[in-house]
Amino acid sequence: MRRDICPTTMAISRVTGCRGKEVQSAMGKDHKTEWGSVASRVVGILVLVAGILLAAGLCNASPGSENQGPNIFDPHSPNAKSLYQLSSFVLVITGLIFVVVFGLLVYVVVKFRDRTRDAWREPAQVYGSTQIELAWTVIPILIVVVLFLTTARVIHGIQDAPKPPQALSVTVIGHQFWWEFRYPELGVVTANELHLPVGKPAYLKLLSADTDHSFWIPQLAGKTDLIPNRVNEMWMEPEQTGTFLGQCAQYCGTQHAKMLLRVAVESPEDFDAWVRTQKETSIPDEKESAGKHVFESTSCVNCHAVGGTNGTGRFGPDLTHLMSRKTIAAGAARNTHENLRLWIESPDAIKPGSLMPAMKLSDADLDALVRYLETLQ
Amino acid sequence: MSAITSPFPQGSVGWKLPYRGKVGMACLIVAESAIFTIFVVAYLFYAGKSLSGPTPREVLETPIFFTICLLSSSVTIHFASRLLERGKRVGFLSLWFLTIILGVLFMYGTAREWYRLIYEHGLTISSNLFGTTYYSLVGLHAFHVTAGLLMLTIVLLFGLAGRVGSEQSARVEVLSMYWHFVDVVWVVVFTVVYVLGR
Amino acid sequence: MSSDAIAIGSARETGQSWLETLHEWVTTVDHKRLGILYIVYALFFLAVAGSEAMIMRIQLMYPHNGFVSPQVFNRMFTMHGTTMVFFVGIPFLFGFANYIVPLMIGARDMAFPRLNAFSFWLTAFGGFVLYFSFLGGSGLYGAGSAPDVGWWAYAPLTSRAFSPGHSTDYWTIGLLVSGFGSIGTAINIIATILCMRCPGMKLGRMPLLVWMNLVMSGMVLIAITPLSAAQIMLCVDRYLGGHFFDTQAGGSATLWMHFFWIFGHPEVYILIIPAFAFMSEIVPVFSRKPIFGYPVMVGATVCIGFLSLSVWAHHMFTIGMSSYTNAFFTLTTLAVGIPTGIKIFNWLGTMWGGKIQFKTPMLFCIAFLFQFLIAGLTGIMLGSAAFNWQLSGSYFVVAHFHYTLVGGLVFAIFGAFYFWYPKITGKMLSERVGKLHFWLFFLGFHLTFDLMHIPGLLGMPRRIYTYEPGRGWDMWNLLVSIGAFIQAIATLVFVANLIFSYFKGAKAGNDPWDAWTLEWSVSSPPPAYNFASIPKVSSRRPLWDLKHPEDQDSRYE
Repeated sequence: MRRDICPTTMAISRVTGCRGKEVQSAMGKDHKTEWGSVASRVVGILVLVAGILLAAGLCNASPGSENQGPNIFDPHSPNAKSLYQLSSFVLVITGLIFVVVFGLLVYVVVKFRDRTRDAWREPAQVYGSTQIELAWTVIPILIVVVLFLTTARVIHGIQDAPKPPQALSVTVIGHQFWWEFRYPELGVVTANELHLPVGKPAYLKLLSADTDHSFWIPQLAGKTDLIPNRVNEMWMEPEQTGTFLGQCAQYCGTQHAKMLLRVAVESPEDFDAWVRTQKETSIPDEKESAGKHVFESTSCVNCHAVGGTNGTGRFGPDLTHLMSRKTIAAGAARNTHENLRLWIESPDAIKPGSLMPAMKLSDADLDALVRYLETLQ
Repeated sequence: MSAITSPFPQGSVGWKLPYRGKVGMACLIVAESAIFTIFVVAYLFYAGKSLSGPTPREVLETPIFFTICLLSSSVTIHFASRLLERGKRVGFLSLWFLTIILGVLFMYGTAREWYRLIYEHGLTISSNLFGTTYYSLVGLHAFHVTAGLLMLTIVLLFGLAGRVGSEQSARVEVLSMYWHFVDVVWVVVFTVVYVLGR
Repeated sequence: MSSDAIAIGSARETGQSWLETLHEWVTTVDHKRLGILYIVYALFFLAVAGSEAMIMRIQLMYPHNGFVSPQVFNRMFTMHGTTMVFFVGIPFLFGFANYIVPLMIGARDMAFPRLNAFSFWLTAFGGFVLYFSFLGGSGLYGAGSAPDVGWWAYAPLTSRAFSPGHSTDYWTIGLLVSGFGSIGTAINIIATILCMRCPGMKLGRMPLLVWMNLVMSGMVLIAITPLSAAQIMLCVDRYLGGHFFDTQAGGSATLWMHFFWIFGHPEVYILIIPAFAFMSEIVPVFSRKPIFGYPVMVGATVCIGFLSLSVWAHHMFTIGMSSYTNAFFTLTTLAVGIPTGIKIFNWLGTMWGGKIQFKTPMLFCIAFLFQFLIAGLTGIMLGSAAFNWQLSGSYFVVAHFHYTLVGGLVFAIFGAFYFWYPKITGKMLSERVGKLHFWLFFLGFHLTFDLMHIPGLLGMPRRIYTYEPGRGWDMWNLLVSIGAFIQAIATLVFVANLIFSYFKGAKAGNDPWDAWTLEWSVSSPPPAYNFASIPKVSSRRPLWDLKHPEDQDSRYE
């Protein structure tokens, strides 16, 4: 080892075992060019900008009391909250790893860039260092163990939670491209808009009538898939009233994009009132018997059920309380007179590729039918 | 302008690497094993899960004789290969021919069994889960046996034309590796279908 | 007398007609020409799949946009994913492996030249079959055209009941055929590396690119084959009335998922390990130091190869597996991040104490380090099963895997282009245009894929042809689409560089980068026979030993 090599380099040589060759000290000499500071400033600014953008994007992400849309960082249910806490922990750890490694990268790129332009001098040809490599193997292993244990605890807490006896049972059946909700203990059948009482756990049994779907309301729970020939279960316990949005999260065919979800979380009184109206069979309005006749004598009844008529079809949503829903076509359109008429006349105008056929009714029949449907409160 | 003389030192004394034919065939065997593993997994996963239709217990008859045929063909091909290495062409051709006969017998046995299953028991690939997985797994194996028989026959024809001697023994050895693989797969399929699956 | 590796030059010199040149190329068994064929094929499909991406991004610029119908959009994301994985990624990597590996090990060609050609044409035919679906996919009631089942083709969406017509069959058979091509090339690469190394090149002296292609090829053998098996089963279902994935007959939709992801996860490591290989060759040369920790780099790669076979169900955390299963796959998924992370540190260790030259290949490699770090960290987030329940099926996942595949693989491929283009063509790519390409692409990439994480966190699922306004997704989608345009322009700049430099680029000479592996010892482009006489090596960096006889590697290894 040459003696005129600077002490730092010698120390490094001892640790890393580099060879005795003319060592170009990269540790601090001749770095008076401005490039280094310029480059590091540029990089720093870029990182800052990126960070600001990300922070701005996540600014929605402060869990508050107001409903912030389907934001995974705005939990309103204990299981969603536990996911939120886990994700914050994981984000902090990965954020730290990023800062350390990215910092190293910036340092290396700035410090060891080729400044001298004398191509005949090669730097010390270091092959490796067992100690350093051991260190940067052990530390990641420890991080992995910690992350695994915290995750395992949350998994177990959510998946293996025992079903409380007072939980509300809901059966969710996924169809192409709408949601069927049945409350077996209450005798209620509805579609696309789920009503839940606040503060009470709801246990959902998830089934599928055709292909794979996935039930995802980010603010209330992680998603769980609906798979044909398989029964899945999930739970949620909404802690705040309001409307929570979501949609199908597993590609199920042409109109996967418009298989939307609305969960209306209500006070216990409002929920009971809703259940009561859902259980009533509508009293047929004599004025609209023409429309009812259209419904019962066309192929509508093959797919749709309406209490008090001969319609018992199960392929499409139950329409007994159609007007109690805010949207039609699984959220694709608001439940208005125009949209209802358009949906029956030409479903492709609202949801092209959905399985609702254009009914090819005359204008008079169509108007009568829509007026009848609007009596289904 | 490429240099006529190499800047590197020369010499390859004592530098011996494996024969590429063997390595290539070993890789092919690894890949094929993975395919068969997936079909075996599907068979085991669906065992007992058919909703209707014939079950293994009702319809399967253990093909002992034809299994012995196939496994013996591994023995005959092994010795055929050995004989070829020593240049004994006639012995090689006889044992090689015997291997092919045993393989054909096995295929005949499979055909006979399938005929019986389809026409006497009504078990087809679309009957139920058992039918689907059974015909797929046994059929995939039978396909590989057929491909092997084709290659063996080609070598036989070349051999009869006098073109296969001890210089080709390495290549023939590679082919016999494939044939041994086909037999090992049959041992697995046999165990899964006729022993475990019932 | 220059080599005949490049058609145009030789045609002029030997007076060949273009038909004869075409015939030479179509019937070639030379690994260098096949490598070029693979790469050109991949470049073509990069443009095609890139256009499919642009169509999707234009449609998603605004909510309820009507640029394309849902049917077309669904075909676009299916074809984009399938094409990029099978007809861009794999061909690029096999192309570079084909060209470089024999040169690096001092061989004259691959172990099985005719199998090499056959495998290429199988792969090419598979792509042709897939794209023929646009013309011939129509089946019953006009259903069909290109497949629209997503690149994972989940059952039972792919059954005859839910996918009438032949579009799914074009997906299945196109990939089955090209899968066999991939297996053929993998066999070839393994046999070449194990059986055709020049004297003195023990396994411990092979360049890391060779090691990594060896591991990658081993993985191809056992990862692509499950997909082939599953596709055969799907054909049995669709054509012979089988019930493998027929849920009405008691079949299981999740069985397809398991088979697909047993392929699918190792597949992404198959794609990224050759990118690691490019990094491990380029970073040392432009840091002027050998790779830091060669044995550990080899060990980590082998580790990744094995571990990647144990993580597949992290794509299935939401299907309702038991908590123990979910916890197990969380553990294995996080564990596979360890050898991967180690590699990042080794590359940093290579650069540490070096003399870093910011030539274009190195710029792409430095960006790779930055981006692969982030991709790995979002991978850790996705690997935690519980966190995954929120993130999966959303644009967060889309952002993550594009970060690894574009920010990692594509950047490494660009680096490899700039590094080996001089060897392949004898001309240097323009540094100025290269730097323009780099900064444009870097800008577009980050604009698109950094911001794409955000709609995912805000609840936007993937594979949707449109979205509802007012959920906080609108502005992000618009910015993401703008970034896509920038990347498209940057890619055009790159292609222009490739073409322009071929005719007007500076002459490269044998060794423009002052590198150390055997391919730099022959002319650029190399002669058809590669080496006048087979070299004998005594260290990992034979050219370093020649250039620095006073300080040879062979003394220290």
